[in-house]
Amino acid sequence: MSPLSALWHATVGKKIVMAVTGIVMVLFLISHVISNVLIFSNPGHLDSYGAWLRSLGPLLWIARAVLLACVILHGIAAWQLTQRAHAARPDGYDKYERQVTTYAGRTMRWGGVLLAVFIVFHILHFTTGTFHPDFHPGEVGRNVITGMAVTPVAIFYLVAMLALGAHLWHGTWSVFQTLGINHPAWNRSRKVIAIGLAVLIAGGFATIPLAALLGWLR
Amino acid sequence: MRITLKVWRQPGPAVAGAFHTYHADDVSPDMSFLEMLDVVNEDLTAKGEEPIAFDHDCREGICGTCSLMIDGVPHGPKRATTTCQLHMRTYEDGDVIVVEPWRASAFPVLRDLVVDRTAFDRIIQAGGFVTAPTGSAQDGNAMLIPKEVSDLAMDAAACIGCGACVAACPNGSATLFTAAKVSHLALLPQGQPERQRRVQAMVRQMDAEGFGGCSNFGECEAACPKEISLENIARMNRELLRATLAQRPAGRMESGAG
Amino acid sequence: MKFDAKIPAGPLEEKWDRHLANLKLVSPTNKRKFHIIMVGSGLAGASAAASLAELGYTVSCFCFQDSPRRAHSIAAQGGINAAKNYQNDGDSTWRLFYDTIKGGDFRSREANVYRLAQVSANIIDQCVAQGVPFARDYGGLLANRSFGGAQVSRTFYARGQTGQQLLLGAYQALERMIARGSVTMYSRHEMLELVVVDGQARGIVARDMITGKLESFAGDAVVLATGGYGNVFFLSTNAKGCNVTAAFRAYQKGAGFANPCFTQIHPTCIPVSGEHQSKLTLMSESLRNDGRVWVPTVGGDKRAADAIPTGERDYYLERKYPSYGNLAPRDIASRAAKEVCDEGRGVGPGGRGVYLDFASAIARVGEDTIRERYGNLFEMYERITGENPYVVPMRIFPAVHYTMGGLWVDYNLMSTIPGLHVTGEANFSDHGANRLGASALMQGLADGYFILPYTIGDYLAGTKLQAVDASHPEFKAAEARCKAQIDRLLSINGTRSVDSFHRELGALMWEQCGMARNRAGLETALKRIPELRAEFWENVRVPGSAATLNQSLEKAGRVADFMEFAEMTCLDALTREESCGCHFRTEYETPDGEAQRNDAAFTHVAVWEYGGEGKRPIRNIEPLEFEFVKLATRSYK
Ligand SMILES: Cc1cc2nc3c(=O)[nH]c(=O)nc-3n(C[C@H](O)[C@H](O)[C@H](O)COP(=O)(O)OP(=O)(O)OC[C@H]3O[C@@H](n4cnc5c(N)ncnc54)[C@H](O)[C@@H]3O)c2cc1C
Ligand code: HEM
Ligand code: HEM
Ligand code: SF4
Ligand code: F3S
Ligand code: FES
Repeated sequence: MSPLSALWHATVGKKIVMAVTGIVMVLFLISHVISNVLIFSNPGHLDSYGAWLRSLGPLLWIARAVLLACVILHGIAAWQLTQRAHAARPDGYDKYERQVTTYAGRTMRWGGVLLAVFIVFHILHFTTGTFHPDFHPGEVGRNVITGMAVTPVAIFYLVAMLALGAHLWHGTWSVFQTLGINHPAWNRSRKVIAIGLAVLIAGGFATIPLAALLGWLR
Repeated sequence: MRITLKVWRQPGPAVAGAFHTYHADDVSPDMSFLEMLDVVNEDLTAKGEEPIAFDHDCREGICGTCSLMIDGVPHGPKRATTTCQLHMRTYEDGDVIVVEPWRASAFPVLRDLVVDRTAFDRIIQAGGFVTAPTGSAQDGNAMLIPKEVSDLAMDAAACIGCGACVAACPNGSATLFTAAKVSHLALLPQGQPERQRRVQAMVRQMDAEGFGGCSNFGECEAACPKEISLENIARMNRELLRATLAQRPAGRMESGAG
Repeated sequence: MKFDAKIPAGPLEEKWDRHLANLKLVSPTNKRKFHIIMVGSGLAGASAAASLAELGYTVSCFCFQDSPRRAHSIAAQGGINAAKNYQNDGDSTWRLFYDTIKGGDFRSREANVYRLAQVSANIIDQCVAQGVPFARDYGGLLANRSFGGAQVSRTFYARGQTGQQLLLGAYQALERMIARGSVTMYSRHEMLELVVVDGQARGIVARDMITGKLESFAGDAVVLATGGYGNVFFLSTNAKGCNVTAAFRAYQKGAGFANPCFTQIHPTCIPVSGEHQSKLTLMSESLRNDGRVWVPTVGGDKRAADAIPTGERDYYLERKYPSYGNLAPRDIASRAAKEVCDEGRGVGPGGRGVYLDFASAIARVGEDTIRERYGNLFEMYERITGENPYVVPMRIFPAVHYTMGGLWVDYNLMSTIPGLHVTGEANFSDHGANRLGASALMQGLADGYFILPYTIGDYLAGTKLQAVDASHPEFKAAEARCKAQIDRLLSINGTRSVDSFHRELGALMWEQCGMARNRAGLETALKRIPELRAEFWENVRVPGSAATLNQSLEKAGRVADFMEFAEMTCLDALTREESCGCHFRTEYETPDGEAQRNDAAFTHVAVWEYGGEGKRPIRNIEPLEFEFVKLATRSYK
């Protein structure tokens, strides 16, 4: 067995895959959230961001392929590990008290499913326009404003961002553990970094549907 | 004081089990939890019923034989305390306590509260050792080991193999146990030659036993009577990653069961 | 019975080396063909099983726990001795030898003890190589401490978990051999019979404790490493499962049992808290370095400790033994505690306890220093008693801790039955009438790593062994005997539980054959034990069936053997008409209350031979000769 396939076949290895793909997705989200909040300064900025993206041509497609691969690998590993966990304890306890698991940790699986649904919806919403009531290719800023104007959609976005925040909170801390990035000197800061990243990314995104709901986005 | 117990009874490995309710009417706060069960068992014997089977031996918190999920927490509510060291003064008159065996498919129930933990032995067999045949050793002081390193290795080596980590983990994962042994040996110079093979073989065996993966929930650390730290899990993961990247084929250890 | 200890000739220092040079060897290709049955996976068993398998022998290893890692050796806290002289404080093989012989009150063999001291250094090296995380100092070198009143620092330790770490080292070596297929491990298997064919030990019958199946295992040699019998007292610091069954069944098959009355009582254990007490917990002896032992001057003083002014406290160890004070040896400290409690001055529930007070140490060096030194122990004490020893003095009381007696073995660790070897606490060992602290771990590992692997080869190479397998009639007969006993136990269906009998037996033994013994008491016990045994066989209730995991049945079998064994122990105590080491007969004490040895009449090992069912055992002796040391009398005044 090659080392990499051995890695994939080990539970720890699958977690390493999830961590690495998670990091790639987080990096994308960092750039994505920064560009998205530009909408508050001027929706036009978003348009030029979109134009720049599309100008990348093949590079964009490579990036898209990488992201897609990440989502898929991440999802498959998540599914398999979940199945394993269920198989490892087929009969549950009559009484079971969690001592330390955070709410975020507890919701990784369903939160992940919600994120998967969100991503599909989101691409059909803003990239292909399929679910968009009034889609104008290229006019990214306008699409966002009009898309978010639909209240249920904005609420869905908000809920998804809550799930994202939780996922990133536990996920980021978890990445440190999974990749063995630890040192007693700064182990405490791992939790701070995790919460910080979760709040900044999810919070940053959430400002947009929130602003739309409050009627500040037009 | 009076205590009511809801205890899992199961006559044998392949037989269905159920909860039974027992009353212990004369519990002294100075009793250990297991002594309280002894008293219940004396009662059952007097009534002609079969006593509750539970594992125990040293009764001083070191052998790792005692187990028990007590009110949903392995080894009961006291931090860093094994069941045999849990005392009834922790409870109040009239308390109802639910007692269950460790539950994991890799730890099948043998009877009542007794489970089979030989999976742990097989994980050690896969690589949890230093190959140092008797007689081959150099002088003990020929190798200098900084105190800090030695202490850290000792922290990990303190694991008593009780299985509470598996019992507590929502995934039924044996990661903390495995990581403790990997860490103990990876930290010490004696463990270096087999370092890469060891972690690969042990992790493989851990998976083969049917334990779940680790989601870094941290329940294991909270339940561990020896306070084995999650740091060991990070270290084991790092070891595995490093071993993989070093491009050594994941071969069997010479004597490993793989 | 005749005893040939097979002590090699020559100067003390050269005996072992000369012996090694003369031992027969088994050729590498033949080793695999020899099957060794190893009963026990503690330090003595696991180390030997692993070493023998490494040499190439085929080994089957048995333990009653669910994993070899849980053998009672795991509980040893204090440390392991070795004559390394790393501290440059004048230790040497000779000094360790002499301390051990003297500590044993000159009731052990010079040659064995010297060998023990010789190989002690190799043990540390071996354990370090296995990755045992011994304590180290900042320079990265191994740390030592002085233990149990020794004048040199020769004790190696791994926090308060030395036994655990040493056992895990041996266990891991054993698991490595299991993975390689050289050792087959049978955990949750209890040996119930030794099988002797043509006068040679050829196998065992064991019960699979999960399925209840009785199984025969045939081999070329049998090793018992089954630990001590302290649980004959019911309450002891031993693990609950410790038992005498394996050794006793071997005795019934013709193995001599040596010095059963040599049982060590440890002075610093947590006292009994009530009727329910199921075992006693040892508190490390190191506590006596800083704690002061006292009781109220007058009996019946019910005041809280801090309400008793200094003038009304009796620091009796400091008073009686001014030079050693609180560090007086184990047996002296134990007896002194019993005395003051017998006078009605004991403290705590039932008046069976004395104070171990840290107040002056805390005042002297501060609470932090004390916490640093004993933090873990204080926590453990508080967990068990619910009292905070930083504020309230600890209460301690002696408890049965170790058994020096055991199956008789010669220099090759072979019993009086050819092919039956005995190692570790199970043999009568090298500790004479009293064991020094931190020497049991040393002995178990010496036997297992460095002695048995050589001597057993000599037996195998030099003995004609017929082909015997488990279908041999002796095995069938042994299985039938086991089955008959199990069936009998299950069919009595009386009114008393196994534990209630065990408790009663233990209380009797503690009262009459404990810290201080005398003729009248021992005779009472010898009268009472057979009565109790008879009642046991008429009135015990063992619920459940033989075909499942049945813990009552397991206990019943062990208690049945303790019932017989207790009698032999009392007989041994009665017939040893002297005081020596831990064996203190009140009739034989010096005017100032010290043990009065009778070297002229008792410089020997008492070896008990099975006399047949219902008959008294026969007392034989192996004289002890002292060529190299002079018999001295201890004085701790
Ligand atoms: C609390 C405590 C602290 C101690 N501290 C120290 C210390 O600091 N230093 C020191 O040197 N010594 C110490 N000792 C003594 C020392 O621990 C023991 O003497 C020593 O570990 C005994 O080792 P062993 O291998 O002979 O037996 P054990 O470790 O008792 O092993 C016995 C083995 O035999 C098996 N067995 C028994 N009967 C059967 C049967 N019928 N069938 C199958 N298997 C069987 C058991 O399963 C077990 O594997 C301490 C003892 C106690 C109780
Ligand atoms: C409120 C929050 C968000 C807004 C307003 C937003 C907005 C947009 C817009 C406008 C686009 C189209 C860009 C273009 O076509 O040029 C886009 C694309 C995308 N967004 Fe978001 N997004 C948000 C949150 C997220 C989140 C949380 C994720 C992932 C979990 C995500 C993943 C993606 C992906 C994968 C694309 C497709 C990129 C491509 O291939 O073109 N977005 N987003
Ligand atoms: C396809 C949708 C997703 C699903 C189904 C999903 C599911 C999961 C699950 C179940 C876990 C926990 C795995 C475990 O520890 O057992 C997890 C971890 C993680 N997820 Fe996701 N997730 C998804 C999307 C995302 C996205 C979009 C990101 C990043 C922005 C992300 C980042 C992470 C990170 C960083 C971890 C931690 C990995 C680790 O423990 O090392 N996930 N995911
Ligand atoms: S890691 Fe802790 S909980 Fe797990 S087996 Fe070891 S001691 Fe028990
Ligand atoms: S609780 Fe389970 S998920 Fe990991 S951190 Fe502990 S093994
Ligand atoms: S019985 Fe040994 S740890 Fe509890």
